Amino acid sequence: MMSENTWNLDPALESTAIVQLNTQYELYIDGKWQIPQSATYFPSVNPADESHLSQIAQANEADVDKAVKAARAAYQNVWSQLSGAERGKYLFRIARLMQEKSRELAVLETLDGGKPIRESRDIDIPLACNHFFYYAGWADKLEEAFPGQQMASLGVAAQITPWNFPLLMLAWKIAPALACGNTVVLKPAETTSLTALKFAEICQEAGLPAGVVNIVTGYGDTGAALVAHPDVDKIAFTGSTAVGKQIQRACIGTKKKLTLELGGKSANIILEDAPIDQAVEGVINAIFFNQGHVCCAGSRLFIQESIAHQVVEKLKFRLKSIYVGNPLDKNTDIGAINSKKQLETIHNYISVGLSEGAEMYQPDCKLPEKGYYCQPTLFLDVAQSSRIAQEEIFGPVLTVQTFRTIEEVIQKANNSPYGLAAGVWTANGARIFGLSSQLQAGVVWANTYNKFDPTSPFGGYKESGFGREGGRHGLSAYLQIKN
Amino acid sequence: MIDSLNSAQIAALFALTPAIDQVGIHERIGRIQTRSIKGTAKLQGLRMALSMIDLTTLEGKDTLGKVRQLCFKAQHLHDQATGLPTVAAVCVYPTMVAEAKKALVSSNIKVASVSTAFPAGQAPFEVKKLDTLYAVDNGADEIDMVISRGRFLAGDYQFVYDEIAAIKALCGQARLKVIFETGELDTLDQIRKMSDLAIAAGADFIKTSTGKIQPAATFPVVLTMLGAIKDHFDKTGQMIGMKPAGGISSAKLALQHLLLVKEVLGEAWLTNEWYRFGASSLANDLLLQYQKQVTGKYQSATYFSID
Repeated sequence: MMSENTWNLDPALESTAIVQLNTQYELYIDGKWQIPQSATYFPSVNPADESHLSQIAQANEADVDKAVKAARAAYQNVWSQLSGAERGKYLFRIARLMQEKSRELAVLETLDGGKPIRESRDIDIPLACNHFFYYAGWADKLEEAFPGQQMASLGVAAQITPWNFPLLMLAWKIAPALACGNTVVLKPAETTSLTALKFAEICQEAGLPAGVVNIVTGYGDTGAALVAHPDVDKIAFTGSTAVGKQIQRACIGTKKKLTLELGGKSANIILEDAPIDQAVEGVINAIFFNQGHVCCAGSRLFIQESIAHQVVEKLKFRLKSIYVGNPLDKNTDIGAINSKKQLETIHNYISVGLSEGAEMYQPDCKLPEKGYYCQPTLFLDVAQSSRIAQEEIFGPVLTVQTFRTIEEVIQKANNSPYGLAAGVWTANGARIFGLSSQLQAGVVWANTYNKFDPTSPFGGYKESGFGREGGRHGLSAYLQIKN
Repeated sequence: MIDSLNSAQIAALFALTPAIDQVGIHERIGRIQTRSIKGTAKLQGLRMALSMIDLTTLEGKDTLGKVRQLCFKAQHLHDQATGLPTVAAVCVYPTMVAEAKKALVSSNIKVASVSTAFPAGQAPFEVKKLDTLYAVDNGADEIDMVISRGRFLAGDYQFVYDEIAAIKALCGQARLKVIFETGELDTLDQIRKMSDLAIAAGADFIKTSTGKIQPAATFPVVLTMLGAIKDHFDKTGQMIGMKPAGGISSAKLALQHLLLVKEVLGEAWLTNEWYRFGASSLANDLLLQYQKQVTGKYQSATYFSID
């Protein structure tokens, strides 16, 4: 008998030839590419190999003012005058163009942000397209969405998106805003602006009236200028809780309406009667999806005592077949950490975990020499009072705790300032209802995790934010009642 | 020889059988199916898959001549190519075992015989035992038995357990593969339960199907069975073999199944001692893809013999 036991996959790199990238990007204001008044540009870096991708304009206060003015003019003169059906047509057209360019967008998202091509190709881009299709459908049905009420648009929406799902978060923000009749100024995260700029090209191609969508790129000060602008009616922010609080403070005493989608430290709970192998897979998906750069990542794992040992052993074994490396490789499960800064943050938390005395497990895997990479990491025997179990790490780091009773795990899961999401694993339907009704989280997944759909509202309890994005509920963030 | 389990012990065994979540099973398979198997990995995988085939003929119209031809093919998959392995075994009815043994005498290829009134298993226990003994006496290296699905679905686990254990006792040196006919077991939970029962009763291999009923070796079924093998190994250190049969007819599917084995069980199972494909038409697609990988060109299917 013959044996050929060692079998390793060959690299399977996605080609980057499809991506058309300019050497420099200006600001997209009033339907035109405009040179920044700041006259400064910042580099966009590929986190997978630290190579330079493009130069991006940095918007200052004057640029932001220009963008808001353009959005205001477009709102008053064009967009608010259009019927819902007309707005819907534009949104459908944008959705179709995104779909046509989905391969290019997927490769660009991976180049710019470091996420595995498998995810940008199968999750980010299709979902982003679906959000546009979904809200395109609502544009002429707003009266049906809110029966018995007259709804009016808000005006100019300032939107600030994070770096973890650049185009998808853009879609979550822009699609409902436009469907409801608002115009937008969007600031993408500084490390991942490229798909937003590509989106601006799509808006041009779709013939979207000038000023309806404006993209201002830059760092936190650009975002702060946008938030502070007096003529903004609505602010939608997705990002850290710390910045969310600053924005909330900045809005005090103004007319601005606000929705915040912030951080999380979500509990993923496995009961002893769970489908164990599938739960293990769910844990992997919950924490290592997008390198753990997910606000709703299941970063705190709670395992019922009687199966804890078995689940931990299975997790360790499963980690052996997680491929960490070049995000353009179709087999990669965990790509590059989005930025050097974020890698440092994660490393810092790993040393905190070690100094707190938790037992660390990392699988044997060789990381590429260039680029920002982090091994998937488990921390066992973590205390509830440990910082790594309390603070959002935003990386591929999972803390593991055990529990004895359901009451205990509910208390521990809720013992967090965050309340974005939770996962429950059990074959017992009654327990699913029992737990999900008591967990303080905006989303509770049962026997699955990290499932997203445009029809489903998403948002947090407590310091994970307020307001909902997605679904019919997502419309109300961009409308006001007018009876 | 293992100690026989009584019904209370079987109940205790099932108490440890985990629930299977179908959605989660599909998710895990989705991961495997998006993997890209290229280049040298593909070539190695194709060779590996060829070496794991139980080349099978199980038809009412089988003749000694047909079996002799199959045995020749088993040793000469495609002599135009170099570096090819032989298949692992030839799988036939008990009446064909002696002929197959004779034809394969100078090779390392095993002879597997189906038994216990394959494929339906609808025969008295005594007949099933005779069926098995006949195959073993004729020199079968492996016995592929079918379970009594009706009894299993009726909850008569003791009967099914005893039957497997009794056949195992008759096998002697021959390795026992236990066929569930998963297409008749309805749910993944039942399939997991049956896997635990068969392993406890002494199965050396667990096998999905007879090939006579669809669906057969689907990914969810195979993954569920691999889960049982992994849990048994984690508990006891004892390896159990896996044989999907029926429905895996393309090289692409076979390679994905091998990747599933690698990721779920580990590379130790990537040998024909622990993994088999029950198939008749798979070999030629593997050969076609192998030649494509080596020469860079697809050849006409007519270049590959159809035995």
